[in-house]
Amino acid sequence: MIEELRKKAEELLKNGTVKVVFGYGEGSTPERTRPVFITKPEDVNKLTWNKYCVYNLTTYLKRQETRKLGKPALILKGCDARTIIVLLKECQIKREDVYIIGVTCDGVGDPLATKCEACDVHTPLIYDDLVGEKRENKEVPFEERYAELDEYEKLGEKEKWEFWQKQFEKCIKCYACSNICPLCFCDRCIVEKNQPQWIDPSAHPRGNLSWNVTRAYHLAGRCINCEECQRVCPVDIPLNLLNKKLAKEAEKSFNYRPGYNIDDELAMSTYKEDDDQDFFK
Amino acid sequence: MSETKFEPKIIAFLCNWCTYAGADLAGTGRKQYQANVRIIKLPCTGGIDPLFLIKAFERGADGILVSGCHPGDCHYNSGNYHARRRWNVFRPLLEFCGINPDRIQFSWISAAEGGKWVETINSIVDTVRALGPFEGYHKLNTIGPEISGEAAAPSETG
Repeated sequence: MIEELRKKAEELLKNGTVKVVFGYGEGSTPERTRPVFITKPEDVNKLTWNKYCVYNLTTYLKRQETRKLGKPALILKGCDARTIIVLLKECQIKREDVYIIGVTCDGVGDPLATKCEACDVHTPLIYDDLVGEKRENKEVPFEERYAELDEYEKLGEKEKWEFWQKQFEKCIKCYACSNICPLCFCDRCIVEKNQPQWIDPSAHPRGNLSWNVTRAYHLAGRCINCEECQRVCPVDIPLNLLNKKLAKEAEKSFNYRPGYNIDDELAMSTYKEDDDQDFFK
Repeated sequence: MSETKFEPKIIAFLCNWCTYAGADLAGTGRKQYQANVRIIKLPCTGGIDPLFLIKAFERGADGILVSGCHPGDCHYNSGNYHARRRWNVFRPLLEFCGINPDRIQFSWISAAEGGKWVETINSIVDTVRALGPFEGYHKLNTIGPEISGEAAAPSETG
């Protein structure tokens, strides 16, 4: 499979279809990989593929540094390819401006990443070229997909509050979560706006709550559950629980799952006249 | 001096066209209701960012009311529909973080429903009064976690 990837990358760079290939390269230890940006056909041997390729490379589509390199080809797993669908839908990229080398995947990480447990996109839903043997995308039932949330939803109000306060207290406001997120692409984030100052910039419990809730809310109906925010968090806040909760609510209320169907209306930019309003008086 | 009773602070985010006019009608109709509510008038419920609610709690609110036109009556045609979508996901998120959903209430009150405004306010004030002050939030400090143990001890070299 690695050979196939390298051949594909070489071919694309040689015939000028793309200027750069975003892929995975070997990391400092065998259990790690790192993103590589291949611009010359002779460098394609730096590309690799193994179960440690957990990252979502679509995050580099929002960076100035990598945008400058020219039209990219991205090596994407099924979950990462869902990001492309959301980005297309939100008019952040044009389909012809990216080349997608889809890879089929049976799960990454060792032990297996949480995001892979209920995976239903072993074969990417969108790609220009597919590398690896095509797998069947089996549907996973709703309850199973959000099973991780059960133990937290069961908690009482006070326990929930205490749990999250303990988590948010650790936050050092490094903003790694929003930097890594491929869907956090605002040029000017709400935390950078200070007239008025909506979110307190220093890392104290009060400001941390506003920041973490707002970050999660801005991904409502958009998050594709790549878990990158949680992976990069230096103080290990289970951020993806918040994202997952919102995804669950969006699916429950609007029957919408981001990144599956390019024809679906974006959940938060549309409405239905019969949306749930039981909680309205 | 007798012990002061807890009086909740309720912040109401109202749409200019319906609920604000409804509240006005309650006033001109000389209807009495509990005076715990502070009204913030906005052009439309569709313009209420969830951050407004977080900010209100940060600044000392014990309860929040968001109210606008009935579905189909929006002055801007669809503002309240968009707002409804937003609260549909935002409300469970706050609940998930341990905030009692009774502290944030939503209602549709038209310009003709002065009576409903009075009822809504009285009910939210009573509910929040029973819940007590939102101490959990108000006590969140703004100086970062306390440093304990060795890190806090003054260094010997001074």
